[in-house]
Amino acid sequence: MKKKKKCILLGDVFGILGVFLIFVIPFIFMIANSLKERREANLLSIEFPEMPMFSNYLEVFKANNYILITAFKNSALVTAGSVFLMILTCSMAGHVLSRRKDRLTGCINMVVLSGLMVPPAIMPTIWLMQGLHIYKTMHGMILIEVALQIPFTILLYRGFMATIPVEMEEAGYMDGCSRLKMFSRIVFPLLKPVTATVIILNAVTVFNDFTNPLYFLPGTKNATVQLTLYNFMGQYSSSYNLLFADVIIITVPMLILFIIFNKKIVDGMVAGAVKG
Amino acid sequence: MDKKKMYSNWFLVPALTLFTIFFILPMIISFFFSMTVWNFTDFKFVGFDNFKLFFSENSLNIGIKNTLLYAVLTCGLKVVLALLIAVFLTSGIKSKNILRSVVFFPNLVSTIAIGVTFKALMHPSKGLINKVLEFVGIPGADWLGNTKLALFSIIGTDVWKGVSIATVIYIAGIQSIDRVYYEAASIDGANGWKRFWNVTIPLCRPAMNSVILLAFIGGLRSFDLIWAMTGGGPGFATDVMASIVYKQYAAGFYGLSTAGNVIMFLLIAVLAFPLQKYLLSREVD
Repeated sequence: MKKKKKCILLGDVFGILGVFLIFVIPFIFMIANSLKERREANLLSIEFPEMPMFSNYLEVFKANNYILITAFKNSALVTAGSVFLMILTCSMAGHVLSRRKDRLTGCINMVVLSGLMVPPAIMPTIWLMQGLHIYKTMHGMILIEVALQIPFTILLYRGFMATIPVEMEEAGYMDGCSRLKMFSRIVFPLLKPVTATVIILNAVTVFNDFTNPLYFLPGTKNATVQLTLYNFMGQYSSSYNLLFADVIIITVPMLILFIIFNKKIVDGMVAGAVKG
Repeated sequence: MDKKKMYSNWFLVPALTLFTIFFILPMIISFFFSMTVWNFTDFKFVGFDNFKLFFSENSLNIGIKNTLLYAVLTCGLKVVLALLIAVFLTSGIKSKNILRSVVFFPNLVSTIAIGVTFKALMHPSKGLINKVLEFVGIPGADWLGNTKLALFSIIGTDVWKGVSIATVIYIAGIQSIDRVYYEAASIDGANGWKRFWNVTIPLCRPAMNSVILLAFIGGLRSFDLIWAMTGGGPGFATDVMASIVYKQYAAGFYGLSTAGNVIMFLLIAVLAFPLQKYLLSREVD
């Protein structure tokens, strides 16, 4: 028994050491360089500076006429708008898809599942959005994000619906409750745990999305946070201190989210992946 | 109870409308426009010329090769490394919760931010990775500037970021294994290695299948990490299908770009769907 305990202790030590080397050092590197003076930061070493320069952060916010503030506003708007629409549309669809098993729902399930694998067709989407006059607009971007997250979100809702007993709905139906009321008063409140998962996971995905804004929301007026970081990469190739200050500013919201919702995020990702 | 009456089709309409307009419809249209020269207002039908160009031009067909290499390698590395990490983290060590969190966090950081950081860490003369290698006496390399090495450097970064999601899926799978199997194996005299090989691996097969599919499809579709770290360069050494689609779009060749998109569909249809079928069929026995 004593040998086993020693073994576990050794595992702890090696585990912490390995994880620190591989997973923590890149983050320390980001923080250290975001606090340096320009010339020092361009040496790209990992030492912390003697005098941390918090003014780098202010400078990043001021850059390009406060573009970062605009970008945060845009990203927040796209994230909030699309997550709201996802909850609305997918909770309803998941509800029916989980309860009814006939040929139509079987077909829809298959189409939705293949949507998890297949990448979007980009050029025709742009062409279609131009036709609808929503290309390069915030609401156009929101609709795209919703459409692309629908398969994953329906999957989460459908999976959770299966754990809710059907008797309550049947009782409601017999008492003459309308279908919309039945959903909004009885079912939706019961979906609260999975709705929380949907909010967190999709908010992270949409906020971190780089590819879709790159295609569907070009132009400086509409910059999102990820696009701004990408543009800074070109602009600040010789001022790593500002570049890393921007990286930290973008990473901190995720860190806060992760510290608060750690378990929910991990469990939600596992549930989404295993059922897909 | 009449299910059709109780659960209205109307509930499906909002989600399906959005999904059809912005996903299914463009996909169907793309098959047509992949055979045209197109500038969004006019098009000229050219048959399979775009596809012929894709397979004959070296700067384009390297994308197919790289995409496959990228998908297979990231998938393989994640499947193996994540299993080892998951077994280690479920072995009863005390720091497992904090370690799991630390390993998981990169998954939430924006891909562009990770690209920026690793590009700096892999800097040929000043980068931390080369400095550490120099310190232990191994000559460093030009990780992202060497055409033979660049794709593998990005693959390494991708694994660093994505290994965590595979790990948590494995952990969920391993934790759902009944302890009884391990006890029975121990009584029969199986050592740790045998228990891992004959109990853990077969019983977490569903988790492994999810990891394989998820990582493989993610690899086939990858774009942003590559775009942030090398932009497809040096030359075309790290171009994958998704980055070629973007490059052709930026250059104004919309028809050619759409053809690239269609090739991506076909790759997934030919590889990912059969893979899923095969994995699911093995799960049943």
